Amino acid sequence: MTDLLPLIVAKYNYWLYVILMMIGLYAMIAKNNLIKKVVGMNIFQTAIILFYVSIGYKKDATLPIIQNAHGGQDAHAAVIHAIDYINPLPHVLMLTAIVVSVATFGVAMALAVRIYQRYQTLEEDELRMRLSEK
Amino acid sequence: MKFLGVIIVCLTGGLLLYGTTDFPDWGDPSSPASTHLSDYYIEKTIEDTKVPNIVTSVLADYRGFDTMFETAVIFTAGLACFILLRDFRGKKERFYRHKPTGVVLHVKDGKKTLTVGKEFEHMDKDWVPSDLIIKTVCRILIPFIQIYAMYVVAHGDFSPGGGFQGGVIFGSSLILLAISYDLKTLVNRIKEKVLGIFAALGVLIFVGIAAICMPMGGNFLDYTALAPLVWDPHHVRALGMLGVEIGVGFAVMAVMAIIYINIVSEGRHDEGL
Amino acid sequence: MHWPIDLIVLTFVIFCAIAAISVKDLLGTAILFGAYSFMMCLLWAVMGAVDVAFTEASVGAGVSTVFFVAAVFRTSRRTKD
Repeated sequence: MTDLLPLIVAKYNYWLYVILMMIGLYAMIAKNNLIKKVVGMNIFQTAIILFYVSIGYKKDATLPIIQNAHGGQDAHAAVIHAIDYINPLPHVLMLTAIVVSVATFGVAMALAVRIYQRYQTLEEDELRMRLSEK
Repeated sequence: MKFLGVIIVCLTGGLLLYGTTDFPDWGDPSSPASTHLSDYYIEKTIEDTKVPNIVTSVLADYRGFDTMFETAVIFTAGLACFILLRDFRGKKERFYRHKPTGVVLHVKDGKKTLTVGKEFEHMDKDWVPSDLIIKTVCRILIPFIQIYAMYVVAHGDFSPGGGFQGGVIFGSSLILLAISYDLKTLVNRIKEKVLGIFAALGVLIFVGIAAICMPMGGNFLDYTALAPLVWDPHHVRALGMLGVEIGVGFAVMAVMAIIYINIVSEGRHDEGL
Repeated sequence: MHWPIDLIVLTFVIFCAIAAISVKDLLGTAILFGAYSFMMCLLWAVMGAVDVAFTEASVGAGVSTVFFVAAVFRTSRRTKD
């Protein structure tokens, strides 16, 4: 028990991210409605983004904005230590990923509207039935 | 299908849970992700670029190619929505409402149109009377939202924010106009062509600023080469980033409005939420 | 970062995700998905990723909910599962 507790504290975040990712994957595979599938894809995406952001986190560090540097004066001669600031690199990569995710979400919704215009349904099994009729 | 899905998900989840045992501990400052490249970014940002917000400086300067092609992805998404949904045929039937009396005219001939103004107004099939309170509140709120969006773009070098966030907030102010009045108000206020030009212009600003660096004697996206052009050569990289962020903001704003208008009116640009 | 905040918000996120994919009404899914995005934004703010949190608050909780509601308006609310 004594060596299990530090393990839980150190890793429970990753376990919950994996559970979130499993929820998204399940919705993508097993749900019948196309919009539900898109929601599952978004949940999957955010779980992975969450994992990426979390690996940049450092204990006892502050936000990745340099302190006392507004205006960009050279006056401050203080040396900047990397250990005082949270790793900004995953933030940058995931910032672009979020904006791409809204773009793909918009295109997916446009496709859903188009499919509904033509087949009057969004359920996968009904859609397959309509397709086999023709 | 459900059973198969559960099996696949459990297998994947089990493998990943097994994999977490090799991950670095939560918040470990010496994890591999935080030791190699990011230290350089954190320590040299002020020295190189004079921008306090490290995320902006990495986004727009050190990793500028990433952001440039990502803006192209946003533009492509707007284009895809336009191509998928846009319908130029127009509707056959039109409904008009005579304002003083409330009489509804149903025009079946698609070519006949009435002038909309003081006497007549457009109507949808599922028309609801416009609410005065919502309209007035939104009319007061929209300019402030837009000023805030511009602040977010302009202040992105110093605080959280930047082109993406500012562009999305500006676009959502346009969407608010379409929701609180009706879609026709937005489409008449900002023409479809203008939105398309803005989306393309945003990408052009980004690529243009990046490309001007080459005849000035630098590499692509090397803002230091622009020093003779700006009034403050000391902060040239910060100014280059600001220009790039404005381009991103234009593109994102226009694309959000294009996607919304096309989805909500099924590409006919006449009636919507 | 205080771990209780992190744990509570993360639990809310998982509940929102399960509810969003299991509710039998697409408009309900839209609103629960907006709540999910907002919880996610809080989680990122707690982790110190302020830029990412700002983006998620404006993009995920704002604009993508609007797209969702617009698509539901043009299709149907009906869903079988």
